[in-house]
Amino acid sequence: MSMELRTSPHQISDRSVERIMKHVVLSLLPVCGFSIWQYGLSALALLLTVTATCLATERLLNRAASQPSTLNDWSATITGVLLALTLPPAFPLWMAVVAGFVAIAIGKALFGGLGFNVFNPALIGRAFVQAAFPVAITTWVPAFSAQRFSEFVPTTLTAPLMMPPDIVEWIKLQAVDAFTGATPLARWKFENVVASSYDLLTGVVTASAGETSAILILLCGAYLAARKFMDWRIPVAVLASAALTAWMFQLYDPTHYPAPSFVLLSGGLMLGAVYMATDMATSPVTPLGVWIYGAVIGVVTVMIRYFGGLTEGVMYAILLGNALTPFIDLYTQPRVFGTRQQGKKK
Amino acid sequence: MKLFDLKGGVHPEGKKDLSAERHIRALPLPKKLYVPLQQHIGAPATPIVNVGNKVLKGQLIATAQGAVSSSIHAPTSGTITALGDHVAPHPSGLPVPTITLESDGEDRWFMTRIVDDPLALAPEEVAACVAAAGIVGLGGATFPSALKLNLSRSSGVQTLIMNGGECEPYLTCDDRIMRERAVEIVEGIRLIAHAVAAKEILVGIEDNKPEAIAAMQEAAQGTTVKVVAMPSMYPMGSEKQIIQVLTGNEVPAGGRPADIGVLVHNVATAFAVQQAVRYGKPLISRIVTISGGAILQPCNLEVLIGTPLQELIDFNGGYTQPAARLVLGGPMMGQQFTNTNVPVVKGTSGVLALLASEIGHAEASPCIRCSTCVRACPVGLLPLEMAAHIRTADLTGAVALGLKDCIACGSCSYVCPAHIPLVHFFNYAKGDLAAQERSKLKQEATKKLAEARNERLARIERERAEAAAKRKAAREAKERAAKEAAAKAAEEAV
Repeated sequence: MSMELRTSPHQISDRSVERIMKHVVLSLLPVCGFSIWQYGLSALALLLTVTATCLATERLLNRAASQPSTLNDWSATITGVLLALTLPPAFPLWMAVVAGFVAIAIGKALFGGLGFNVFNPALIGRAFVQAAFPVAITTWVPAFSAQRFSEFVPTTLTAPLMMPPDIVEWIKLQAVDAFTGATPLARWKFENVVASSYDLLTGVVTASAGETSAILILLCGAYLAARKFMDWRIPVAVLASAALTAWMFQLYDPTHYPAPSFVLLSGGLMLGAVYMATDMATSPVTPLGVWIYGAVIGVVTVMIRYFGGLTEGVMYAILLGNALTPFIDLYTQPRVFGTRQQGKKK
Repeated sequence: MKLFDLKGGVHPEGKKDLSAERHIRALPLPKKLYVPLQQHIGAPATPIVNVGNKVLKGQLIATAQGAVSSSIHAPTSGTITALGDHVAPHPSGLPVPTITLESDGEDRWFMTRIVDDPLALAPEEVAACVAAAGIVGLGGATFPSALKLNLSRSSGVQTLIMNGGECEPYLTCDDRIMRERAVEIVEGIRLIAHAVAAKEILVGIEDNKPEAIAAMQEAAQGTTVKVVAMPSMYPMGSEKQIIQVLTGNEVPAGGRPADIGVLVHNVATAFAVQQAVRYGKPLISRIVTISGGAILQPCNLEVLIGTPLQELIDFNGGYTQPAARLVLGGPMMGQQFTNTNVPVVKGTSGVLALLASEIGHAEASPCIRCSTCVRACPVGLLPLEMAAHIRTADLTGAVALGLKDCIACGSCSYVCPAHIPLVHFFNYAKGDLAAQERSKLKQEATKKLAEARNERLARIERERAEAAAKRKAAREAKERAAKEAAAKAAEEAV
């Protein structure tokens, strides 16, 4: 009888990379749905365009490298969906294609593909378009406009390589009350107006496609953590350290600095903490390391928001955390059984 | 009793219900037995019989060689028909030196010497009986038991831990022996404790075996043997892990349990010790679990050492369908075999015939750094990092990360969602490391020999030169003397 010889163990768990990734995609569907409900066709087109670009880029580069297709590991899908959720809902589609291409080609394939990338590919894509298209990425549109399911926001369909049209007039036509065109973070930073926690939790505020409802993101993340498809320690560490830092600033000057709840619920912190910082390939693997990594991201996010030129700091905080990951892993090796100190014996 | 937490660990599907309710049954006497000379850690035994010799059941047929070795006895009465090679119980299927015994069907014992009160024997005598019976650790490590007793007695042991963990899925041989032979096991435990003068005796049994726990508790009543239920978790039955869970102490990395005053033996070994000391019966049979999805009727059998595995598989009806993989031992640490003529040896705890669905699909994909392996490792290693170093042939880097502390339990490979054969990497690296160390020793020995030779040659040269100089000096002195004498003679003549 001929049999393939294998080393033990001869029994394996039912976990697989595809299964983990598929569940992450599944858990993102409610967030996508909420975004589409809020922003209509433009949000849907954005999601589909970015995801399709990511998948096409992945396949193209597989072929260029003469490798079998890696589309079925679902990781390019996650990158696409997450990237789309971090972009403004009316982001021009041709720019979204650029973001998707950069995310996969430069953020992932260049390093050697899944597992070898140093930075979160979705955030690489977003960082690129933030630098390349500073106006488009800060142009916000009102949610729940009447015609959102029948027509696109004009900027969505900007012709390739063209600047998006000015949509101030279009926004006025939508006649949505009290639309300021600024995110809650920007309003706090430049006008010192703090949005209500209720609005932030439920998501009826101006923001990127997927950053709106904190509670929805938390619920989806809780599902992933409960099924052990995500390390719950990372979001807990990020949120706790951000809240603690914000709380200390508020103690120092309550008139200038907002409450920790505002810091937690506004901007992309929730999406970043739950879905971006937890990217397995780019976060530490040691039990102690994940706490340090999460804490660094939380503190840096608040610092950028309070003292940086940008209104939002989650993206750069996570990218910085990604860069620190190898060092964190190196210095937080677990204690080996039968030895005294952390890390290596002797 | 307060238990301590196991670091890491996994919960593989137990599958013990397949065979847990099957009473131990004796396999009918096989026609031919193939008894390998090496069934233990250490040097192979040396045969003391010849082809054609008639032997009785339990008669010594090969003696232990050197410090670490174990004797081997005839599993039944019959005739020695061959001293030669037979396929080994190892994935390689390579031939190993084996004694072939043809049974005469009478199964006549060589001798039985009954000791009425074995506990009255001196500790040294108990160890001597264990050595004479060729007992090795039956949990799978197959370290010669008598040696372990002697080493422990000389270094001093506080705690004797009896391992009834049986954390490997499928296996129920220890479960059954504890349920059915608890009284004998407890006597064996007391004999072991007596041999090493242990003060505390703990029997650790996983709580998925409540009947075994009850049986052992009942048998242990009125003795100092304490039966402890431990949570079911793999690898609870690993020596270092069971010590840590029961005592809270960790065996130092690279050290042995004796370093912290602990001795660990398997419960089945205790039974063998009792049989050897009380009845003078050597280790010639053991309990083996036959299980797996491809086996028609899983069971627990008492099998003579040397019985070909095919007879075990056939005994209860054979296969339901062709097995995708055959495994010796449990699925987590057991070894694959392909030839069913392989004999049962002292370390054979189970024979598994697994279906493809039980093994699971295992095509490796790239590591996504999910860190599941880090959290599963009971030793606190970073399996993914070690594998990355080994992949690039950086063994030094892997050793720095703790490669030598890896117990090869397979928890990391079991949980890996990318199905990376991590244990394979580590086994390969350990083998390579051992080979490197051997070749280093060899090089050093060669260097020493070469240096000694050079020194010897130089010395011979020097001695030769010295001798030549001496001879020359003597000759010159002689010539001078002759000249002087001649001159003198001439002078006198003048």
